[in-house]
Amino acid sequence: MSFITRGFSGRSRDRDERLPPGQTLVSDFPVLSAGPTPEVDTADWEFTIRTEAGVHRWNWDEFMALKIDDVDTDIHCVTHWSKLGTNWRGVSLDTLFEDVETEQEYVMAHSYGGYTTNVPLDELLDGKAWVAFEFDGEPLDPEHGGPARLLVPHLYFWKSAKWVHGLVMMDQDEPGFWEQNGYHIHGDPWKEERYW
Amino acid sequence: MEHVDGNAIAGPLAEFFAFDVTTATGRCVGCGSIAELARAMVYRSGAGTVVRCSTCDTVLATLVESGDRAWIGLRGMSAIEVRRAPSAG
Repeated sequence: MSFITRGFSGRSRDRDERLPPGQTLVSDFPVLSAGPTPEVDTADWEFTIRTEAGVHRWNWDEFMALKIDDVDTDIHCVTHWSKLGTNWRGVSLDTLFEDVETEQEYVMAHSYGGYTTNVPLDELLDGKAWVAFEFDGEPLDPEHGGPARLLVPHLYFWKSAKWVHGLVMMDQDEPGFWEQNGYHIHGDPWKEERYW
Repeated sequence: MEHVDGNAIAGPLAEFFAFDVTTATGRCVGCGSIAELARAMVYRSGAGTVVRCSTCDTVLATLVESGDRAWIGLRGMSAIEVRRAPSAG
């Protein structure tokens, strides 16, 4: 499945329609980290989905054997920068959840290094999220979350957890790391859901 | 036991936060180290500031600032010690 960005109707002197309120375009890729950069070798890397029924597990080779999507999308950081037309490769969460059965509707993403962030499951499926391992045709740099990060471009970018290690299903929505400390539980950039 | 609202802790907390808090010591919930906050590792990013234990990396505290709003989280310290003036208490 390919992901197609919304149409762009040409250059305008006015504000770019692809830019959510309060955002500014950047051409570089700022780095925001809450701690030291975890060094995760792909030989040791593992991705898991934990449900009420058990754990689904992929090592790097198994992960690379899954269907891989090319993703062109805009990204929006809560610190007011947006980057348009970014290019990623990754595995869709639809693919990862194909054989996962769960009644639980909420997800906590866990990263190497301990970072967490929460997202409702229905906002990860139907072509809305990936586990990405390439950016601009190159393996994802560790400072940008490599070997693999979550990519949930319709939410503020803190939800796209770097160094993602696994997803834990939850019965209720619970706040992750930044969400416990002042940031919005949901994080929709079009509604400017930045803080509590 | 009855409870009262948060106004009741304004006085006690003023003792903690009315001076340079970095001279205080805190106990890490991760490894139990007791150290001055000034010795902690502070990571600054656009999203916020994260204070980590210099012994075990546990997140001791978070600071988020946005214009006229600011948040402090003290998730990783079981207690903070401040030194009082000798005449106090």
